[in-house]
Amino acid sequence: MGDVLIFAEHLGGHFPKTTLTAIHAGVELAQKRGASATAVVAGDAPDAVAAEIAKYGAAKVIALAHPALKNYLADAHAAALAALVKKTGAEFVVTTATALGKDLMPRLAARLGAPMASEITAINDDGTYVRPMYAGNAMATIEMDGPVKVITVRGTAFDAAKPAASVSPIEKLDAEIDAAALKQEFVSFNQTKSDRPQLTEARIVVSGGRGLKSGENFKIVLEPLVDEMGAAMGASRAAVDAGFVPNDLQVGQTGKVVAPELYVAVGISGAIQHLAGMKDSKIIVAINKDEEAPIFSVADYGLVADLFKAVPEMVEELKKVKAH
Amino acid sequence: MKILVPIKRVPDPATTIRVLPDGSGIATDNVKWVINPFDEIAIEEALRIKEKQAGSEVVLVTIGQSTWQEQLRTGLAMGADRAILVKNDGYLDPLALAKIIAKVAAGENADLVLLGKQAIDDDSNQVGQMLAELLGWPQATFASKVEFADKRVTVIREVDGGLETIAFNLPAVVTTDLRLNEPRYASLPGIMKARKKELKEVAAESLGLDLAPKLKIKSLTAPPKRQAGRKVASVEELVSVLHTEAKVI
Repeated sequence: MGDVLIFAEHLGGHFPKTTLTAIHAGVELAQKRGASATAVVAGDAPDAVAAEIAKYGAAKVIALAHPALKNYLADAHAAALAALVKKTGAEFVVTTATALGKDLMPRLAARLGAPMASEITAINDDGTYVRPMYAGNAMATIEMDGPVKVITVRGTAFDAAKPAASVSPIEKLDAEIDAAALKQEFVSFNQTKSDRPQLTEARIVVSGGRGLKSGENFKIVLEPLVDEMGAAMGASRAAVDAGFVPNDLQVGQTGKVVAPELYVAVGISGAIQHLAGMKDSKIIVAINKDEEAPIFSVADYGLVADLFKAVPEMVEELKKVKAH
Repeated sequence: MKILVPIKRVPDPATTIRVLPDGSGIATDNVKWVINPFDEIAIEEALRIKEKQAGSEVVLVTIGQSTWQEQLRTGLAMGADRAILVKNDGYLDPLALAKIIAKVAAGENADLVLLGKQAIDDDSNQVGQMLAELLGWPQATFASKVEFADKRVTVIREVDGGLETIAFNLPAVVTTDLRLNEPRYASLPGIMKARKKELKEVAAESLGLDLAPKLKIKSLTAPPKRQAGRKVASVEELVSVLHTEAKVI
């Protein structure tokens, strides 16, 4: 039985919580398949991040180095990982379905002639996997054939790995990349500046929909509530479509999937595509003036009200609760 | 520039999806079939490139049954020049689909393949990236802006936490995200013209590819249903229950 390689995503010397999710899922997969889990940190200078990753319970960490891995690019990373899979004889490659994971893993799978399972939510003992289809309206049980299988996991469906009792040994390797075959050039990364928590990591998410009517209202009406709650801000596809907010705030089938402790949907009708991205939240609150809105069918607490009155009122009420 | 746009026929996003009781698939009675919305964005982008770069050609391709001609005709009515239907009845996994499109792209000498980032039925988000690898071409997924300077392409990508810009030379594969453009509707003259445009059929098995699926769907089940909770009467009550009952604030 071949081993599990976990691709550990990182940026600027740090890694997102979704990397710990990948480690947890990769270790679980290794246990269920009677294999060993190795985390891979790729970069031009991966040693420092590899030392951090080594605290989280993988059997081994590989620090995979090459100048062409300085910035993430699909072609260079797929080439480096494919060569590593062949060298190690690994059977599985796992990461979380982040924007990077979604970009990289299919390319890697094609390079290996391997099947890929996207965004799985469960690893079954019988060798099968579960993944959502049709915006989460169907759960598929799938199986993969072949010597190598590529998997991305849904970040909300697995826990994050916790620091382990012992530190994993680190192996330093130079990546095998034919630099002359690389065609993609990194130009720049324009990071959204925000003091708020990351959408996929936040304990509370407050999302706005078309009911907010403008980007300006996101700022003056919704943001005070977001900040009073210490929440991350999200949005429905309709709000993104209308140009109120950037797409990286989109929660739903074609955006991000979140499962916070508290999800507050403001002025969101609740199309199935939106529900696909938030229905696993622990507590769901909906504020909408239309009492027939489908969002109320999944909400633990629904308030039928004009959001332009209710949201500022809620900010005041929260301040009172805090003062006690 | 020759632009190949692979499209997929999917249930209309507004359709309520029901899993069949035996788990073999979804109920397709009363389903309205449309072009995958992200592929519609790809067609629109291809048409805009053609409008700017004289002499360009936009070729559609889809892989499926004869009924899929309907979606190809819609794309032709939007303004694409011609279409190819690769006929196939059985199930194909994403890698097999990518192999077919790679073969068509090579045969057509395409400079650019533009397609949706994901199909909204199986939500796999794999074909574009696999295609780029099979062709040995650069890829830009989740594009929100595509710019050309001669053969050089610069793409702004929607990634976690911001926007990334990458660049490469043609030929290349670009997958579309939501904000790239707003697709046009087919005009009446467009619909009339589309009837006369070339729509070629090719049998998938004639391509000489190994299309046996390595990824198989064994069964489908309906997801657990979340129960609706209750309505609260006021903001005051809402904040109070969140604090004392749900204990989340």
